[in-house]
Amino acid sequence: MPRIRVIVTLKPSLLDSAGRTVADSLVKLGYTELSSARIGKVIDLDVSSFDEARVKEMCDKLLANPVIEDYHIEGVVE
Amino acid sequence: MKIAVLKFPGSNCDQDAFHCLRDDLGLQAEYVWQDETSLAGFDGVFLPGGFSYGDYLRCGAMASRSPIMDEVRRFANEGRPVIGACNGFQVLCEAQILPGALLRNVDEKFICQDVYLRAETHRSPWTEGVTSTIRIPIAHGEGRYVASEDLVKQLEDKDQIAFRYVNAVGERSEHANVNGSVGAIAGVINERGNVLGLMPHPERATRARLGSVDGRTILRAFQLVAA
Repeated sequence: MPRIRVIVTLKPSLLDSAGRTVADSLVKLGYTELSSARIGKVIDLDVSSFDEARVKEMCDKLLANPVIEDYHIEGVVE
Repeated sequence: MKIAVLKFPGSNCDQDAFHCLRDDLGLQAEYVWQDETSLAGFDGVFLPGGFSYGDYLRCGAMASRSPIMDEVRRFANEGRPVIGACNGFQVLCEAQILPGALLRNVDEKFICQDVYLRAETHRSPWTEGVTSTIRIPIAHGEGRYVASEDLVKQLEDKDQIAFRYVNAVGERSEHANVNGSVGAIAGVINERGNVLGLMPHPERATRARLGSVDGRTILRAFQLVAA
């Protein structure tokens, strides 16, 4: 049973307030080379067979909101 | 006049909405669950606040794909009154019945306080009664309205910005825009003006004991249709 990985990220133009908070913390921990951190989502889908068109449909219908997010289908990960 | 108060797993302002509509506004109200497929016999819809489906994936994402939402879309297209407050606003945006989206508050904090709102248009039944600055509560962690520059311009051109966050004297200020929304937008309407989504809770401000009755100036839209 293939596992398909989808990565969903906030559009670069939008402020990721959670990512900013994480970046602030990392800088406080001494990682001063850091200028920004952005948090996305990893969604692993176990399917009986990999049909990229259908996974794309899942992304368009529910997994990502095109107003605020981009997605990338990584493909089979295991 | 009978209003459908939608319930999704995780809604928690449905009872506030129900009692506000029935006890304070004198309207008939009835709960309708997300798996229902008909709104026959209803004249308006209230999508309440809460944390539908635990806010998993994105606020309102799963709720917006529920069977009942096809009917809400039909209502919207027919020009009937539809309002979504807080999570209800998020659901309407996720359903693309309203434009834009809601993200985490700019300061990453859940904000629970009264805010002041100014109506930016009076062409909608939801805003025509709001003739001065009103004070109603908010309670949300993800209420920062976002839209592309093009979309914001389009909303302005088409007169779809319903409310902005302002200070007590009705002026915009950085401090008043508590969640960092683009253009301090607190609520938007659809092109026709019969669908309103807003982060503040008008249903929590309809009786003096709750500290404000200003929510009535918005919710009277349901009464207008009944008249």
